[in-house]
Amino acid sequence: MPVGVQNYTTHFFVTGDPLIYGVDVSIILVSLAIVYVLTRYRKWGWLWREWLTTVDHKRIGIMYLIAALLMLFRGGVDGLLMRTQLAWPNMHFLEAEHYNQIFTTHGTIMILFMAMPFIFAMFNIAVPLQIGARDVAFPYLNAISFWLFFFGALLFNHSFVIGGSPDAGWTSYPPLADLPFNPGPGENYYLLGLQISGIGSIATGINFFVTILKMRAPGMTLMRMPLFCWSVLAACIIIIFAFPVLTVALALLLIDRIAGAHFFTMFDGGNPMMFVNMFWIWGHPEVYIVVLPAFGIFSEVVATFSRKRIFGYSSMVASMLAIAVISYFTWVHHFFTMGAGPGVNSFFAVATMIIAIPTGVKVFNWLMTMFQGRIRITTPMLWTLGFIPNFAIGGATGVMLSVAPADYQYHNSYFLIAHFHQVLIGGTVYGMLAGMYYWWPKMFGFKLDERLGKWAFWFFNIGFYVCFLPQYLVGFMGMTRRVYIYPPGLGWEIPNLISTIGAYLMGVGFILIVADVVYSIRYGERDLTGDPWDGRTLEWSLSSPPPHYNFARIPRVDSRDAWWEMKQRRQRGEPMEEPEPLRPIHMPKNSGVPFILCVAFFVAGFGFVFNWYVFSVIGLLTVAICLFHRSFDYDTDYYIPVEELEHHEAALGRT
Amino acid sequence: MAHTSEGAARHAASGPPWMHIIGFVLSIVLTLAALWLVLGHAMRPAPLFFTIMVLAVLQIAVQLFFFMHITESYGPAWHVWMLALGVVLVVAIVAGSIWIMTFGGDVAY
Repeated sequence: MPVGVQNYTTHFFVTGDPLIYGVDVSIILVSLAIVYVLTRYRKWGWLWREWLTTVDHKRIGIMYLIAALLMLFRGGVDGLLMRTQLAWPNMHFLEAEHYNQIFTTHGTIMILFMAMPFIFAMFNIAVPLQIGARDVAFPYLNAISFWLFFFGALLFNHSFVIGGSPDAGWTSYPPLADLPFNPGPGENYYLLGLQISGIGSIATGINFFVTILKMRAPGMTLMRMPLFCWSVLAACIIIIFAFPVLTVALALLLIDRIAGAHFFTMFDGGNPMMFVNMFWIWGHPEVYIVVLPAFGIFSEVVATFSRKRIFGYSSMVASMLAIAVISYFTWVHHFFTMGAGPGVNSFFAVATMIIAIPTGVKVFNWLMTMFQGRIRITTPMLWTLGFIPNFAIGGATGVMLSVAPADYQYHNSYFLIAHFHQVLIGGTVYGMLAGMYYWWPKMFGFKLDERLGKWAFWFFNIGFYVCFLPQYLVGFMGMTRRVYIYPPGLGWEIPNLISTIGAYLMGVGFILIVADVVYSIRYGERDLTGDPWDGRTLEWSLSSPPPHYNFARIPRVDSRDAWWEMKQRRQRGEPMEEPEPLRPIHMPKNSGVPFILCVAFFVAGFGFVFNWYVFSVIGLLTVAICLFHRSFDYDTDYYIPVEELEHHEAALGRT
Repeated sequence: MAHTSEGAARHAASGPPWMHIIGFVLSIVLTLAALWLVLGHAMRPAPLFFTIMVLAVLQIAVQLFFFMHITESYGPAWHVWMLALGVVLVVAIVAGSIWIMTFGGDVAY
């Protein structure tokens, strides 16, 4: 091999680490397997027509769900690698640089490429069905959002085998993330991957905000909406205002890195702390973006499986909206130790304590909903029950951290690590898994197996406490985050070992969830009624899975828990209204343009990562062409004729 | 198909988009003015910051009125509520950042 080519390839492909060679081999094998299966069973056309070009919110939701689970796997493996390295003093499983890369990708992937798509999966799956709509307000934009997320995540994940992973932490603070201290493409991958998927997140926020305000079924006033929709509305308000700040912060850092500007550099008038400030103006609202939808899911699950209407509906709404606003006034608690002075720190400490109050209100409301209810312990309910003590502990340690003087002790210690894992896993991940088990039959037409699901829950839940409670202790003993090695004799060995064991128990829990999915595809209980849980909200009035137009007739709503009321009325034998005649349904057409548009974004991003601007120009030109094409495309929708509707409805056994 | 032809007809009937053209010119003028003030060192720093902030606020107004149809709405004017919240949060973010990054007023830039 000529020396030039050899130099080039060793800088392009990451070499030297057996773990990464293993990943190279498995990526190639999996890709070949996918290509083989698609070709062998002639599924390329099906893939393109049914999935890659779809604008159907249910399919987009399913794709988000699959992507989130894959990213949960990758982020989880990163976590296990870190826990393995820390299991015992002086371990040499990972080297320092590799460890830095892994904690960076673990954090970034878990927040932006696991939690975000997971909540978007739930938005897409449940919101239009719950408000009695046939799709979201902007179905084409919805497809663009998904593919932007997908290609942003794909770009970011490429860093592992091509060019090298980012290693400045998921917060990517300058000056460490600036060019002089961090040459190479790694940080560029971080900046571009987040930027591309971030555009998609803003679009999703706007899309669901408009959907909820404008597309509700007649009679469904805001105060009759299911609480999940309220939680999505609150999360969308935060997304719309928070994500642009991240966009700006990342763009300025990128300009620093590739165009030699001085926004965040150490010298020439730059101010690195300004990035920290802007990052957390987004970063703190972000944690509420991912946890509010989880709160919404818990509200649905608790009401359904207690057979009671939710306790304190209006206080639930008020507390979610309060959280949405107050979340903008707490960001400095991530950098109290910058030392902005007593005035600044006191203000943000008090704001942080205040935001715990609406959350506490919600916890009491869930408990009161269960009080004297007829509780069924199903898997979604188990995750909800597991969440409550978990979030109570996480919330309490959060209030401890909010005390600014005390934070100088806790800051960046394992106490903090344990705290935010407790709220993010105990809140968001438990919530999303509860939602996944709850809406799975609606999406796929069969239930996930309850026995395996409960095993998975107990492994995960017990593993969670075994993993993170010792981290509070070891944090008090002085262990800080992001250390990759520690000497014996500090008393850190035993808590770290226990914590690692807990992490592996959670890993077993994840494998059991996957096993549950695989088992249930074959043997899961089929859902023939469309209402397997005896639900309360409109999505359960449809067949499972619902037809692509969702509602043949848009339902009329005159109370909260609309479907429950309809069932009660039917049970009491009250006369049902004569169903209206079917009318043609106006539907959006599928389009391949969102996919192509986002491939173009990927190409442009890849060009910026390696400073190969030819790629950037080609990519951005293609983006412009796609936008132009859409602007002059008037052939975007069609009507489903009544005969076809009758045919579909008859096939579903409904009239 | 009915909808499609409606869309095309509406598009054909509307004539030159004067609002968009005026807005486009105004937004470019505001941008160039700010750029010239900074590049030409036309003022001392304190009034310069103030002036480009004013230009930025005017730019927001141009965007909202000429491009974002703030005055058009069917049903409740949700976008006005969102904008009001947006103003509150922008003020909080900008004023808060200045307060924080000057270390509570202890550092003069």
